Amino acid sequence: MKQLLYSKRLAPYLFILPFLVTLAVFWIVPLGRSFVMSTQEVLYGQATFIGLDNYERLWRDRIFWQALYNSLRYTVLTLVLLIPIPLVLAALINSNIGSTRIKTFFKASMFVPALTSVVVAGIVFRLIFAESDVAIMNQVADFLGFGPVRWLRGDATGLVALLAIALWRWTGVNTMYFLAGMQAIPTEYYEAASIDGASKVRQFIHITIPNIRPTIVYVVTISVYGGLSMFLESFMLYAGNNSPNNQGLTVVGYLYRKGIEENDLGFASAVGVVLLAVIMAINISYLVASGTFKKEAA
Amino acid sequence: MTRLRTRVSTVVAALAVTALTACGGSQQEAPAKNADGSTTLDMWTFADVHATYYEEMAERWNEANPDNEIKLEVTVYPYDDMHNKLQLAVNSGEGLPDVVDIEVNKFANFVKGENPPLVDLTEAAAPYQDDVVQARLDLYSKDGKVYGFPTHVGAFTTFYNTEALEGAGIDYTTIKTWDDFKEAGVRYNEETGKAFGVASTSVMFLEPLITAQLGGKFFDADGNVQVNSPEVVETLALMKDMQDAGAISTIPGGSPDSEEAYGAINDGDYAAIVYPAWYTSRFVDYMPDLAGKVAIAPAPVTDDAVVQTIGGGGTGASVPAVSPNKDLAAEWLAFAKLSPEANVAVWQVLGFDPVNMAVWEDEDVTKDPENKFNEYFQTNLFDVLGEVKDGIGHFESFSDPNWPTVDDTFRTVTLNEIYENGTSAQDALDQTQADLQNQLGQ
Repeated sequence: MKQLLYSKRLAPYLFILPFLVTLAVFWIVPLGRSFVMSTQEVLYGQATFIGLDNYERLWRDRIFWQALYNSLRYTVLTLVLLIPIPLVLAALINSNIGSTRIKTFFKASMFVPALTSVVVAGIVFRLIFAESDVAIMNQVADFLGFGPVRWLRGDATGLVALLAIALWRWTGVNTMYFLAGMQAIPTEYYEAASIDGASKVRQFIHITIPNIRPTIVYVVTISVYGGLSMFLESFMLYAGNNSPNNQGLTVVGYLYRKGIEENDLGFASAVGVVLLAVIMAINISYLVASGTFKKEAA
Repeated sequence: MTRLRTRVSTVVAALAVTALTACGGSQQEAPAKNADGSTTLDMWTFADVHATYYEEMAERWNEANPDNEIKLEVTVYPYDDMHNKLQLAVNSGEGLPDVVDIEVNKFANFVKGENPPLVDLTEAAAPYQDDVVQARLDLYSKDGKVYGFPTHVGAFTTFYNTEALEGAGIDYTTIKTWDDFKEAGVRYNEETGKAFGVASTSVMFLEPLITAQLGGKFFDADGNVQVNSPEVVETLALMKDMQDAGAISTIPGGSPDSEEAYGAINDGDYAAIVYPAWYTSRFVDYMPDLAGKVAIAPAPVTDDAVVQTIGGGGTGASVPAVSPNKDLAAEWLAFAKLSPEANVAVWQVLGFDPVNMAVWEDEDVTKDPENKFNEYFQTNLFDVLGEVKDGIGHFESFSDPNWPTVDDTFRTVTLNEIYENGTSAQDALDQTQADLQNQLGQ
């Protein structure tokens, strides 16, 4: 036993074993099962092999493409909002503008939404964006001189509501990531730059951004994944998976509708496999383009 | 070393076997009795009022069967959650209750395939078969086997706000056909500027009703989806025409059965609600301001209607096949849903139109002046039901295995396209037909 534990050859494998087991049980096996199920018609206690029929149906399915379009649109817009805004906020917090106490309070309060449940937040946002003219957003619209708006009935206005949830929820988290990255930058760089007469904006562009690039790459990668796999926000906002004209339907929402609500698990597996392929394609090409896989230059 | 390895592999093998046995626990266990001789039955439902009702029926069962008592434990989940949870549970065969309420639009999902995960309840239904509206048992049957017991008939009726109508000089008793309904609606709308009837986008009830009256279906003879058949197109065109004329309008919340709509109807913004008879409970519970002002009348019909009305909505209570107490559960369920006394309670507690017709004739029950539903409405529900009693048809499309998908598509896309976006009935239905054919692989 002692020999086994102290063996230099075996020890590393032993240490990574827990990870490998979890990965296999909760990831590889289900993934493999999904591939198999995506070629089957699954009913209670019977599964029939039907080849690529599910994929063929998926290819011709207008609703699937709509769901994919919705997910991609949401992902792109969350990236547009959730990278620059937190970046600027983090820079402000990291700068010597304003009192530390206020900034600490701000930091903490920005993070709170990430700790709340999406279920609760979704319900609250549904009420905020309700059709009634006494709902908060319609009061705001009225104050600004338009409205009442039927927020969750229109495609664009519904998207505004979804983005509002994303912004409210993730701004604080992304700000924290960027802040952590910024605090790791040695202050000498900034001192040298200011001696050379570089303005704050130029320092931000030429020192801060290049130095936190790994953080930005990481945040973009998880945001792409998070955006494409978004489901719960839409599910809660529309009080279920059925939004008018499927305007809030995402790929995962469609997977859930097909697999769970309509008991077509084979087809739903095909949706899942395609989603995995799309996410991997986007993220891997992004990681390659951003040079993450390159060996550190000596 | 060798010995050690053997020992380790034995332990690992033992663990694996235990894990596998734990996973394969779907085989049947023997019925388990509690210490006091009663049997615990777990039940899931999605409506709070149903839970109250079932608890009452469990008490009555125990009074009648002191040697075979049950201990009913009802869990109420939200509608979507319960059905999704059940779907996962039946697929895995694990974690199922002994009795479960399944809503009619979801029911077909649970009887798919050769061996549905539900108990065949035909035998348990036999003693009550003659008195129960057959169309409602058919709704929860497949290949001649009954898999669920109905709660109500859900015959379509119209709820008129008579105070609002009198203001506009409209006599609701003259409204018999959809043409009359449209004419009255247009006049009301012109007089008052308010909405008359409702075009729902998030619920599909009126469309199957009118299609059934026209003798149409949503599926062809081979079970293939056919939602652009002449009758369905005519139905949606008729609805669209009524909407364009001002006789029906969309409602906040998408259907009369939503919180936002209760408020609007209670305020008198909508004067005529065509809905299944169980909507009585919504008036009594959520629209107190209209007490004494609402009259119930039969739903309008088309000219030469094939059937006068159909059952709309509904809940089938079923017993999962893996329940260790399935025999007792089935027996209790038949008592709780089909027996005459259960059906009296369905009216008294829930205000629904009971499926056991014997109750419809019992004037002590139906005309009880103390009853809160009789107090609320100007007319008696059972007088109205008596008029349509012989004209209640079974709308076959409701029990088609693909109905959940069709219903879903109409509620998300088609009805929105027609009533909200102004797409013509023919175009919207052609598009829906193409979508559905592809989705269902037909």
